[in-house]
This record gives sequence, C-alpha cells and structure tokens, in this order.
Amino acid sequence: MTSTPVSTLSRRQLMAAGLGVGLGVSWRPANALSDELAGALRGFTGGAPTKEGRVLLDIAPLVENGNTVPITLSVQSPMTAADHVQAIAVFNEKNPQREVVSCKLSPATGKAVVSTRIRLATTQQLVAVAKMSDGSYWTHTVDVIVTLAACIE
Amino acid sequence: MARTLIHAPTTARKGEVIEIRTLIAHPMETGYRAGSDGRTLPRDIIRRFTCRYNDEVVFSADLYPAISANPYLAFNVVANASGTLSFSWEGDNGFAQTESAILTVA
Repeated sequence: MTSTPVSTLSRRQLMAAGLGVGLGVSWRPANALSDELAGALRGFTGGAPTKEGRVLLDIAPLVENGNTVPITLSVQSPMTAADHVQAIAVFNEKNPQREVVSCKLSPATGKAVVSTRIRLATTQQLVAVAKMSDGSYWTHTVDVIVTLAACIE
Repeated sequence: MARTLIHAPTTARKGEVIEIRTLIAHPMETGYRAGSDGRTLPRDIIRRFTCRYNDEVVFSADLYPAISANPYLAFNVVANASGTLSFSWEGDNGFAQTESAILTVA
C-alpha cells in the first residue's frame, strides 16, 4: 500500500519530464536569428553585443502584397544630446540583399520614430537594430508571412 | 524632375516636435528583376536621402533595393528656429533632386 503513492509520483515526474523534453525539441525561440541575419547584424554593430528591447519594428504579421509593406521603427529614447539614438537599421533574411534601410538620427530629430515602405521577397524574419549614443545596440526581431512576393512579375 | 510630395507644417511652436512625411516618384529598380527580353534590368535606385534644417543635417537615410518604388519616409524634427527645411535625394545614374519647405517658428 505504501508503494502506490511513490510509484504514482514518479510516473507523474516522468510524464512531466517527457513533456518538457518534447517541448524543448519542437520549440524554437522566436528571437533566434538565422546565420544570414546574424552576419548582417555583425556588419552593422562591428561585433558589439546586442540586447533585445527598446526598439520596436512595427509591421503587419501577415503581408498580402510584398511590393509595399509599411513599417514603422520606433526607439524608446529621450533624444537629448547626452542620450539619443544615433542610427537605426533594418535587415532581412531572404531578400537578394540583406540591407533594407539605414537611418542616421540626431538630437535634432526629437523623436526616434521613422516610417517607410519596403519590399519583401518571401516569408521571412526581419530585424531592426538601434545604435545608442552610449554605444549600446538594441534589436527587435519579427517574423513576417508574405502571401504575394515582391520581384516576381 | 521627379514629382515629390512633402507634408510638413508651415508653422510650429519653439521646441515642438514636428512630423515630416516625404515621398518621391521613382521606380527603385532593384537590379534583380528580369525585363521582357529575359535580361536583368540594371539597378536604378535612390541611395541616399538627407534632410537639412538651416543647412544642418538632422536626418539621413541610406536606401537599398528593398525599399519600395516611390520611396516614402516619415520622420520627426525639433522646431528650433524659423528657416528652411531642405530635402535631397541622390541615386544611381546621377539622380539628384532637392526640394525645400519654409518653417516659421513662433
């Protein structure tokens, strides 16, 4: 009789452990960068470490027309002479060229918000990276599904 | 001369952050597309946009083939003094165009 609760407990533990392993195998973190994207990012940062946060790449998660995709880049920053955003760049994973846009800002910009329209060749990952005046780099990674690709007709 | 659309306020209070929206008519040919004869069309893009406020560069952007045709850019500027906002686009095949807008700061 005493052995029953013990064996039930160990079975539960085993099940939980099995579930954990299953999740670990199938689950890929959303912010894991592909090799191409990581290489493009290194080219911009010069190998400096990057952190997730502060910058926001606002884009529709499901894009119907890859020829014009509106994006908005915004960075949380007071934009003062002591603490401002120096540059924001966007890189893509599967267009023919990794670079999308690269903006240079200054305290005279006032607000670190930039909007433009881009092309997307296919469903892929995009990363926005902001360079701060203190030399730190902040990133935001998004996955985008594209139904009509640019550059096909 | 390419057609441009510039949305910028004509008056602002001192220290106010104003939004400027610009658009220029340009095909932004990527250099990766094939033409009707099957040969790749040569690249023809705008490579650089610069906004100067009283001759001081306040915002600039490097554009790549991944920017859509008729490049649109919206950004912000702090209105410090009355003066001229000038916008210049430079690109392949010697493309260069400059437009300007007058801003009065009260």
